[in-house]
This record gives sequence, structure tokens and C-alpha cells, in this order.
Amino acid sequence: MSLASIPGLVETMEAHGETTVVVDAARITEAALHLHDELGYDFLSDLSAVDYLGWGEEPVAGYWGNAWGRDLNIPGTAALSRTPEPKPKRFAVNYHLLRVAASGEGPQRLRVQAWLDDGEPVASVVSIWPTADWHEREAWDMMGIRFEGHPNLVRILMSDDWAGHPHRKDYPIGGEPVRFSDAE
Amino acid sequence: MAATQPRIYEGTRIPSPTPTILRVPDELRESADILEVNFGPNHPSTHGVLRLIVQLDGESVVGLQAVIGYLHTGFEKSMEQKTWWKAIPYAPRMDYLAFQANEYAFVAAVEKLLGIEVPPKAVWMRMLLLELNRIHSHLVWLGTSALELGAISPFWYTFRERDRILDLFELVAGARMHTRYFQIGGLAEDIPSGFFDQCREFCEVMPKAVDQYEAMLDQNPIWLARTKGVGVLSAEDAIALGQSGPVLRGSGVNWDLRRAEPYLAYGQVEFDVPVKQNGDVWDRYKVHMDEMRESTRIVRQALDGLPPGPWIADDRKVVLPPREELHTSMESLIHHFKLVTEGFTVPEGEVYVAVESARGELGCYVCSDGGPRPWRVRFRAPSFVALQATATCMSDALVADMIAVVGSLDTVMGEVDR
Repeated sequence: MSLASIPGLVETMEAHGETTVVVDAARITEAALHLHDELGYDFLSDLSAVDYLGWGEEPVAGYWGNAWGRDLNIPGTAALSRTPEPKPKRFAVNYHLLRVAASGEGPQRLRVQAWLDDGEPVASVVSIWPTADWHEREAWDMMGIRFEGHPNLVRILMSDDWAGHPHRKDYPIGGEPVRFSDAE
Repeated sequence: MAATQPRIYEGTRIPSPTPTILRVPDELRESADILEVNFGPNHPSTHGVLRLIVQLDGESVVGLQAVIGYLHTGFEKSMEQKTWWKAIPYAPRMDYLAFQANEYAFVAAVEKLLGIEVPPKAVWMRMLLLELNRIHSHLVWLGTSALELGAISPFWYTFRERDRILDLFELVAGARMHTRYFQIGGLAEDIPSGFFDQCREFCEVMPKAVDQYEAMLDQNPIWLARTKGVGVLSAEDAIALGQSGPVLRGSGVNWDLRRAEPYLAYGQVEFDVPVKQNGDVWDRYKVHMDEMRESTRIVRQALDGLPPGPWIADDRKVVLPPREELHTSMESLIHHFKLVTEGFTVPEGEVYVAVESARGELGCYVCSDGGPRPWRVRFRAPSFVALQATATCMSDALVADMIAVVGSLDTVMGEVDR
């Protein structure tokens, strides 16, 4: 059984000695079951999301260097050395898998990547790797990724009444509203 | 489709449907007098600010839910605002007991993206310090966990040795905690000459000290009663719940990243991986004790095997020019200034580096867009994952066992909440 047999496989990439398989987000449950049962990835090391808003484009909050040069008005910004490769969608969900007890062909560690647009849901893998519970809650809380079928998808690090998802690139730094600012 | 039917954790002790919440059974909710107790967030035995909502039926725990986030500081987001160079000090502040492991994970991830080679002296010194740091973390764990179960003496003894380790860190880096001694490319400074003798002295003392701790606890009837058979976690459950480090090894899984995926110079030193079979609090305690002995063994071998040579890579793109050049060379001064203010760029890409910290698999995912700042930094904190096992360990346990169980999972809340 090789990586090519993963359902919904889009592409396989090798970089820095790590293997990444991009999987169709709509078929993540199938792919996860296959990876767990057939390929022996019994251990979910990590599940996290990345926001690629403004990747190599206009500066957004918390990001000043851009593809065309540096903003001389802001010190400490070197220009990008080259334009980064465009990304298919705004969010990437990375599943870092590992074999601990089981064995099989292919790499010991594997990164499974699923791409999502803002507001697009992805199926939860809690029933396959129970350890995904808090990781998915954190990805929801911080990035606003909705995991369908998660038994308890509520905020985990921020307070229950928090508005917004603080780790998104368009969420300002020091984002709490301050009274008595200059504008008042 | 049959293959896509989600599964629930049959035949395991993992609560269902939510693996981290122990729910009161419906029949009990009606028949028994359930008392709901808030444990924490401010309670000395929560190792920080952990809140546990516990439902009690008399003395036994029938429902449990861990609530975290009280120490959330947004380290990961803050690191995105800093240049690569300035992001390093954030990492050790997450896990404030095994600080150098976090520091190493981040530095190693950036080095992996840069493709920079670290000189052997720095590699060995990093390994030496990481092992000292592991002992440091285990000592604090042992002292405080024993203290929570009523054994006051070990606390004083463990902090005696802990102070010796902090003295060593101070000697090397100038700071006792959060040393920021690992620099991208190697070490921040050369190793001071007095370090080796003092460290050798420590290696003589440490094994005897571990014997002392065991002499205090191993025969102690209260300690035995409160740890043996308490908070059992099976090997299958531990793997399913993503447990790592002493928790996983205490459950009978022979898994140590230093052995499975040797990094630094771990492939060149001899050490054993302690594994215990029962998965209770006692076995986790025993794994910690044996690990301290093994770490001392590694430190001793690292002292003997430390190769001479440079302590940082000779790559002026990312490494600061030597201090003495700043007084004589204008170019070096400008270069130093630019590296500190503007930073350097790291090639586009994403890496995940996993190291065996004192608590288990510490993963650092770093994504770069080729710019002067990290695009995304993510820490897979072992404590965060360990806390998810609380509900499984606590099924059919008594309320007093809760302290022992939470203690044995060895969590640091700074790392849980990041």
C-alpha cells in the first residue's frame, strides 16, 4: 500500500526531507480512515491550521514586507527575496501523522494537507484519532475552521464570548478595543 | 459509504463521544446526589491555572471536564510579528521548566529551512544542555507532585539539585532560566572554561541524589497507596490520545524520539529508554526517575565527547559577526546592525521538527514565505495533549486521585495555553 492509494489524493510533495500529501478536503474522512487503518498512521502528532491571507500580496495586519519591496516607512522590513508560490485557497489544515506501534511502507512521518476557503467546513477526525479533539477546537478558536461532526466544537483558549478568531492574518495585533484613544 | 462511517472508541476507556469529557451517566444523574465542584483555576496543585469541573458522587468522580486557556498569551501570533532572530526568546517561555527544548525546537526548525549546518561542538553542547534541562524539569515535577500528595521532604531535596543545574545554566548563558543560548547556526557564546568541572561534579552528585529521592518515596506506604494502580492508561488509549514522553512510556510503549528519530548527537551516545508496563501514576513516576539517571549518563558522555572547534556556523548571512570585529571593522558593525534590526530572510517552505522534550513530543511547525518574519509558527505542546488524557485516566477514580493523576501527566500550563 503506497501513498498513491489515499482516497482524494491531489498531489504528493517532498521538501526538506518531509513528505506532504495534499488531500481533497471533502474526502478527508475517507483519507484519514485509509491512513489510519491501511497505512498504519496510528498517531496524530499535530493538527493545525495556517492562514495564507495576503501571502505574497498587499501587506495585511501583522505583515509588512511584500513581494515588490519593503515599506521604507516601517523599519525592520526587508523585502521578500522572491515571490512565493501561490496557494490554492486561504486556509491550510495540516495533519502531522506518525507511526508509533504500527509499521508499513512509506515515511514514518507524513503531513496531510487540506485546503479550505473562509467558512468552508471540513470533516472532523476525532472519531479516528481522539487526540484531535482539542487540536480541532484550537483551530476553530484561533482560525475559525469549522470541523463538522466534532462532538464539542467550542472555544478552548479564548473566553466563550470572544468575537473573532485571533490567529487570522486580518485580526489586528493588540486587537482589544481601547477607550480614550486619539480619535475620541 | 460504509468505509466513511465515523467510529466511536469501542473497547477502550476513552469517554465517548467527546474523548476529553467524562459525562455523568443519565441513570446516576437521576438517582444519585451529584455534587459539582470547580477545581481551580487558582489552586496550588493545578501546576498553573488549570480548571477542572468535576461531578462527584460521594468520593468518586463521575464526571470531569478540563477547562484551559487561562494562561493564553498568544505566543504563536506574537512570533509572527518578530524577525526570525527576535522570535527565539518567545519559544522557551512556553514550557518554563524544559525551556531549552522549546528553544531548540524552534531554532532547529529555522535551521532546517535555511539548510544551515551546525558545527559539532554546538551540536554536542545543545544535547548536553537539553539533558540537563530534562533533569531540571523532572526535578521540579517530582518535588511538586510529591508535595501535592503530602510528601514534603522530596521538594527540598529536588530543589537542591535543581539549583545546581540552574547554576550551570547561569555559568553558560548568564541567565538561570530562559537562557536564549541557542542561536540559529549554533550557540550564542562559547562555553566558559569553568563549566566542565562544575558539570562533572554535578554528574557525580546526581545519581546519588536520585537514589535519595527513591529512598524517601519507594517504601513510603502513603506514596505507594496513592500511586499504584491509580490513573491507569493503556498503551492503545495512550497512542489514540496522542500521548508521548513519560506518559506513553509508562504505559508500556517503547517510543522515544531520541531513539526513533535520532537528532543532535543522540545516535552517538549510549542510553536506555525506560519503559514500564502498567500505565499508572507509579509507573510514570518510575519512568521519570530512570530518565534522570539516563540523562546524567548522556551528560557525562557529552562532556567526554564534546569536540573542539567553532561554536557557531560560519555563515554571515544569518550569524552575527564576532564581537571583537565590531571594534575594528565598520562593515562588521553595519552588518551586525542590519542583522539585528532588519533580520535575515528564510527561504519559503514549511517544516515540522519534533524533539523529545521532558514531557514528550514537542513539535514545532514553521512556515516561511521567504520574508524576514515567520509566516506561521505552531507548537505542538506535549502538555496540551497530555491534559486530554485526564478524563480517560479519571474514569472510576476517587476525587483524591485527581491530584495524583493531573500531577503525573506532568503538564506545564504555560505550554498548554501558549
